[in-house]
Amino acid sequence: MATSRFIKDTGLTARMTLTMFLLGALFVGLVVGVIYAVGPGYAPIIAVAGIGVAFWQWWSSDKVAMRAMRAREVTPEEAPELHGMIDRLCALADMPKPRVGIADMSVPNAFATGRSPDRAVVCVTTGILQTLETHELEAVLAHELSHVAHRDVLVMTVASSAGIAAGLMMRGAQYGAMGRSRNNSALPAVLVAILVSLVVYAVSFVLLRLLSRYRELSADRAGAYLTLKPSALATALQKISGEAALTPRDDLRSNPASALCIVPALRGAGLGGLLATHPPLQQRLEQLARIQAELSRPAG
Amino acid sequence: MGLWEALRARTQPKRNNLDALFLVPSAAITLQTALGFEPTGTGSVCYRSAAGAAFAQTQDDVVALIRDDAEAPEVTVTQDDFGFTWLVVEGDASDPSGLCTDLHAVNTTLELNGFEGGLLCSMVPFANASGQRFGLTYLYKQGTFYPFAPSGEQSRDTLLELSVRDLLAAELPMEPDLQRWLAVWKAPGL
Repeated sequence: MATSRFIKDTGLTARMTLTMFLLGALFVGLVVGVIYAVGPGYAPIIAVAGIGVAFWQWWSSDKVAMRAMRAREVTPEEAPELHGMIDRLCALADMPKPRVGIADMSVPNAFATGRSPDRAVVCVTTGILQTLETHELEAVLAHELSHVAHRDVLVMTVASSAGIAAGLMMRGAQYGAMGRSRNNSALPAVLVAILVSLVVYAVSFVLLRLLSRYRELSADRAGAYLTLKPSALATALQKISGEAALTPRDDLRSNPASALCIVPALRGAGLGGLLATHPPLQQRLEQLARIQAELSRPAG
Repeated sequence: MGLWEALRARTQPKRNNLDALFLVPSAAITLQTALGFEPTGTGSVCYRSAAGAAFAQTQDDVVALIRDDAEAPEVTVTQDDFGFTWLVVEGDASDPSGLCTDLHAVNTTLELNGFEGGLLCSMVPFANASGQRFGLTYLYKQGTFYPFAPSGEQSRDTLLELSVRDLLAAELPMEPDLQRWLAVWKAPGL
């Protein structure tokens, strides 16, 4: 376990633990439900298969993600500034240095993956290298490094295993229903199995998204405390998100009819908010503002 | 306020409460202790001048009124590129309550003489030791405050603005709609 000096947030940790617990309970519920519905024969196989798929995903996460993003690993000679920045951040956080990758894409983005902090890869796109200033890039890298330190790939994989098993079981139950269509008595049981796994899949989907949003906020927070510059991450997020700025650039005097503003302020969280993997920009900026206020409190 | 009033076009505009300006001195103390920001000693009122002698006389009266004050702060009246007039009061940085009284006097005088339609905003700039500045802006039409922190030619320090809002939310009526936090580029004192 890589011990590192990323700061901890107890409230966020509590909520994440609760979400993890609910996901685990869901997995157990699924297996028990299957035992009741299909009979004890299939359930352990499905559970093991679900865990197996999740394990494989986690084990090969670095290669799969790198290939999906068409990223290549770069040496310190190829990208000296990027490596230097990550070297210093890792020294600050007291964690092993991950490998560094660059993806040739114009979309500004960055991600971290890998089964453990020792095998991790931090990858940036060429788009983000062009879009961001040096201090903003450093803030984004600190965010990604805190994903590595928090072992987020492992956490998300474990959390998603219930969903994977449910997905497998839906398929299995469908084939089972086809194969045994002459045996009428087994049909309702198979239907129940399909229904249960559908529900499990849906619930685990929403919970996973919730967990993912917490992990993002947590990484924002840890990254901001590592660089001690929350404002750099804030400007970077605003640049990357491509959304309209949180506060308008228009002048008060050139816009006397500001009461008839065209862009409506976002109120409440709709379905989109429930299913998003990342928290809304405003929530992330508000958290960073609190961190900045904490950092800039006068000592005297 | 409802459909019936809207149908008759009798909606009541939001009433502002100018006395909120008197809450700024205590907010200034909070800002100093929590974020290290201090008032710069200046304050300004931005309004649209009306044509004619009546307005000119009102403006002269209010300038004379502030200059007659025992503290005798500097008062300047300038025009900006947008066609708005800024009445800037430069008082003592250690006396924000005197400054706010002056700003209140300007607002009420214009209001009492029937020029409240032209009043746009009042602003009290703050600065900290590292040179960051923001203007605590009072929107006359909404009766709410918001911070405006320019960080460059056309960029704003959103984090500073949000943290000022969080800090002062208990003391001042802060503007809840972020889209109304319109910029006031090149405001005097910023």
